[in-house]
Amino acid sequence: MSAPGTPARGKPAPAAQAKPVPEPTPDTQPFWDGCARGELRLQRCRDCGKPYFYPRPICPECGSADVEWFPASGRATLYSYVINHRPARGFEGDGPYAIAVVQLAEGPRMMTNVVGIPNTPEDLILDMELQVTFEQRGDISVPLFGPAGAAR
Amino acid sequence: MSRENGVIIAGAAETNQVGKLPGYSTLQLHVEAAVNAVADAGLRMRDIDGVATVNAPGPVQVAHELGITPRYLDGTGVGGTSFLLHVRHAAAAIRAGYASTVLITHGESGRSRVGATPFPRGASSIPGQFEAPYGTAGPTSSFTIPVLRYMKEYGLTHEQLAYVAVAQRKWAARNPRAMFRDPITVDDVLASRLVAWPFHLLECCLVTDGGGALVVTSADRAADFAKPAVHILGTGESMDAPMISQMADFTESKAFRLAGQAAFAEAGITTADVNHLMIYDAFAHVPIYGLEALGFTAKGEAGAFIADGNTEPGGVLPLNTNGGGLSYTHTGMYGMFAIQEGVRQVRAEAAAQVPGVDISVVVGNGGMFATSGVLVLGRQPG
Repeated sequence: MSAPGTPARGKPAPAAQAKPVPEPTPDTQPFWDGCARGELRLQRCRDCGKPYFYPRPICPECGSADVEWFPASGRATLYSYVINHRPARGFEGDGPYAIAVVQLAEGPRMMTNVVGIPNTPEDLILDMELQVTFEQRGDISVPLFGPAGAAR
Repeated sequence: MSRENGVIIAGAAETNQVGKLPGYSTLQLHVEAAVNAVADAGLRMRDIDGVATVNAPGPVQVAHELGITPRYLDGTGVGGTSFLLHVRHAAAAIRAGYASTVLITHGESGRSRVGATPFPRGASSIPGQFEAPYGTAGPTSSFTIPVLRYMKEYGLTHEQLAYVAVAQRKWAARNPRAMFRDPITVDDVLASRLVAWPFHLLECCLVTDGGGALVVTSADRAADFAKPAVHILGTGESMDAPMISQMADFTESKAFRLAGQAAFAEAGITTADVNHLMIYDAFAHVPIYGLEALGFTAKGEAGAFIADGNTEPGGVLPLNTNGGGLSYTHTGMYGMFAIQEGVRQVRAEAAAQVPGVDISVVVGNGGMFATSGVLVLGRQPG
């Protein structure tokens, strides 16, 4: 099924709307520090070994507070998505765009956008292999995913 | 549950109108629903000694507007299922002696947004850091994300997903208060505007204004009211994840399953005992997840079950008989309206009445599959 571009309803958006920029908090700062260096970081429990995302101070598997940060491989597969036709602030110029959830090679899932490939049902195939890349927004580097093996 | 400490719904009513109500503030909707529900029970406002509603505007504002000083307050706010949790908590409070007669109110200017609470999501919140940067724009672009995974794993077709809206429109056609009543076909649904592929406009709920309220009290007073008591036979509540990306399993609702198991166990029923079912339908896939989570069908079979006509008028399992959020009304926190229809069916006063409803089950959703409350309502004490 094709996904023809449908204009959003309502008034034209004001020019130069910025995409949302995350504001780190003390518990998430190491994640965003990693992104700034081009590194996708996850946490891992030193007691039970479980890797996890999103950043949290205790292990969601066993409750241990003995957790550590580690660099993830950046490899992932496309788990599920929608192609959004009602753009959020800052996305008005993108046309219909995929809001995706990827399964990281280490196990956890995260939301992302898929770049470097048309955001259509024909091109976005579930379980396709993806690789992390980063987009600078203000002071923050946001992790996105593109086709595995594509030039960075 | 023993009969001597049973709890009932003694009063239930919606606002005089639902739909587009730009002349009502959020609080006016609460107050009108509250007045209607208390009158439905044949009580006076001074008989109410407990108040529950979501934390904005909250029970203090509502009680103060109603001119009462309750001895029990519940501001549980976990999304659109909150009112099912209020019923559960009210039942416990009444059994504990903390209150005798609890008023639960909902009012929401979801469409006109008069006196409405802004949607809060700061850039430093966890969703603000890990979902908003990817262009989520409310439930249409996030609640919908799991279904593609479900389609791949279980073979649900686009036509079956569309048929959920077709089946519910058949119920709405029998409900004069429903916003949309004209019959639709699968082709109509698939030809409607894309909102978030694979979801089209007619697979997404309405956005309306309205309210509803309930009066909950002890079953030993069941004969004191003008209308038949609706017995609260079982209740459950649970949760999954605060963000859709962290939902434990994209092909099933853990919250629905756990809340349903708790409610069925307390009521001592199985799916075979259920005559009527309400499943919160913010989007067309939610009833599919609900049917499977509560065991009404096997995993992967609910789409075909609905497409085969089992849940529409004349089917074996009448589902969302007011037309649901897809066709009746959806203020944003729809759970109150699902309860209201369950009550009407048990009282045999619904617009599209199902014959012989002894047990109605109401399945609520909060957030994006984040929370759930389930109620088992019965004509008899159990």
